[in-house]
Amino acid sequence: MAARAIWKGNLKLGKNEVPVKLYSAVEDQTVRFHVLDDTAKKRVKQHMVDPDSGEEVETEEIQKGYEIEPGKYVILTEEDLEKLEPPPSRDIDVVEFLPENTISQQWYERPYYIGPDGDVKTYFAFAEALANKKREAVVNWVMRKKYYAGVLRAVDDYLVLFTMRDAKEVILADQLTKPAGAAPTQKELAMATQLVEMLQGEFDAKEYKDEYRERVQEFIKKKARGRAPRLKPVKAKRQTTALDSVLAKSIEALRRKEKRAA
Amino acid sequence: MLLYPAARSNRTSLRMLGPDGQPLSRKYYAEKTGRDLDADDVVRGYEVADNKFVIVTDEELERLAPEKTRDIDLKQFVPAGSIPPTHFERGYFLVPEPGSQKAYKLLAGTMEKNELAGIATFVMRGKEYLVAIFADNGILRAETMRFADELRSPSDVGLPKKKAAPAATVRKFEKVIATKSKKQFSPTKLADKQADSLLKLVKKKQSKRGNVVRVEEEMEKDHNVIDLVQVLKKSLGAKR
Repeated sequence: MAARAIWKGNLKLGKNEVPVKLYSAVEDQTVRFHVLDDTAKKRVKQHMVDPDSGEEVETEEIQKGYEIEPGKYVILTEEDLEKLEPPPSRDIDVVEFLPENTISQQWYERPYYIGPDGDVKTYFAFAEALANKKREAVVNWVMRKKYYAGVLRAVDDYLVLFTMRDAKEVILADQLTKPAGAAPTQKELAMATQLVEMLQGEFDAKEYKDEYRERVQEFIKKKARGRAPRLKPVKAKRQTTALDSVLAKSIEALRRKEKRAA
Repeated sequence: MLLYPAARSNRTSLRMLGPDGQPLSRKYYAEKTGRDLDADDVVRGYEVADNKFVIVTDEELERLAPEKTRDIDLKQFVPAGSIPPTHFERGYFLVPEPGSQKAYKLLAGTMEKNELAGIATFVMRGKEYLVAIFADNGILRAETMRFADELRSPSDVGLPKKKAAPAATVRKFEKVIATKSKKQFSPTKLADKQADSLLKLVKKKQSKRGNVVRVEEEMEKDHNVIDLVQVLKKSLGAKR
């Protein structure tokens, strides 16, 4: 089933405009639970209460505050917050184009597909041009009263847009100090490279499954049929293992697997 | 190893306050009776049919959860640029624990030299995560990943099949791209302007007493503002 577009806009490229639609590239698979009232087994409601008196505070009486120091808030009124909203716009503006992979994935927040809205040929022409030039675009747009920054990339003939985190929230490795201690020797590096090569391969996402999610879904299915399987209690916490022994163990396990396969 | 988030939390989150400025809490209540419900008065239900729920207890979920372990289980090494970026969700820096610094540096050095990323699983807060581990500036960073079935393909979304694009239009766009191309990325361009103006407004308003409310805080409340970068620098640089 085709997904519904979450937004419509115009991708602005110089004097040209490409009408586009935005779709989420993420399919939520979370096992969603509802909070139920213990006795009635009915969905519950939520409200805001004063924790001291336990009294409900009506929506009209709620204020929003920014904590400037412990217990001290600056009140922001609805008018204040409205003034901070960016002016509405349907444009996706390109700030600049950069060589592919210039922006680290650390900035990426959430992926969206950009699809054509009518003019299919112009859409594919831009995707092709972006791929040919091996570039990614830094873009800005306004959606649902919020300002966004993103990276637009060509992926297999299509355009994918990644929303980006606020620059002031991301911590980059070069802002940090390297771990203390002596650097590994050439000999050690050569040995480690050999070990790592044994575990080397191509990434195939389909090889990995969310086993916990599958167990929960399976359990719910059985319980719904009236036969909840008995579950074993959780084992005690294992001892912490150092990384080198973890690595050694992984390699050992792989060796055994390869032996069995041979 | 210890994990630290590679991003600070939202710098503009607002708190809901009552008419006198007292911080409020969210509470569940039963719609029919209006009775407030505490954590002990609610259960977790999975809706199998309209308004029909299967109750799942904390204990059951705990028993279904992966075994608690602090191991990072490396499954595979892959070329660092080969993982489709749609998989990445959230970054964490890995910091060596006492005694494992040598192995940490060796792994980071080996991965950086061979331009590899590690694919691993590990358990955090009762959930198993698939991560890609990158070595960057001698530091290991884990990016949690979305599983294959959590991502849609263009055909899942219903995007049209590729149509041959007119060569003239492609060339026109290539020219536009060439004129707006830069070599260097300046992250400052990505600062959330809305967040910046919110903080500016807060600063302006706080000089006027009428805009500020103060409430008595419980003393035990941990209010130390932690500078994540400082914490990370300290733990990475510690001689052990």
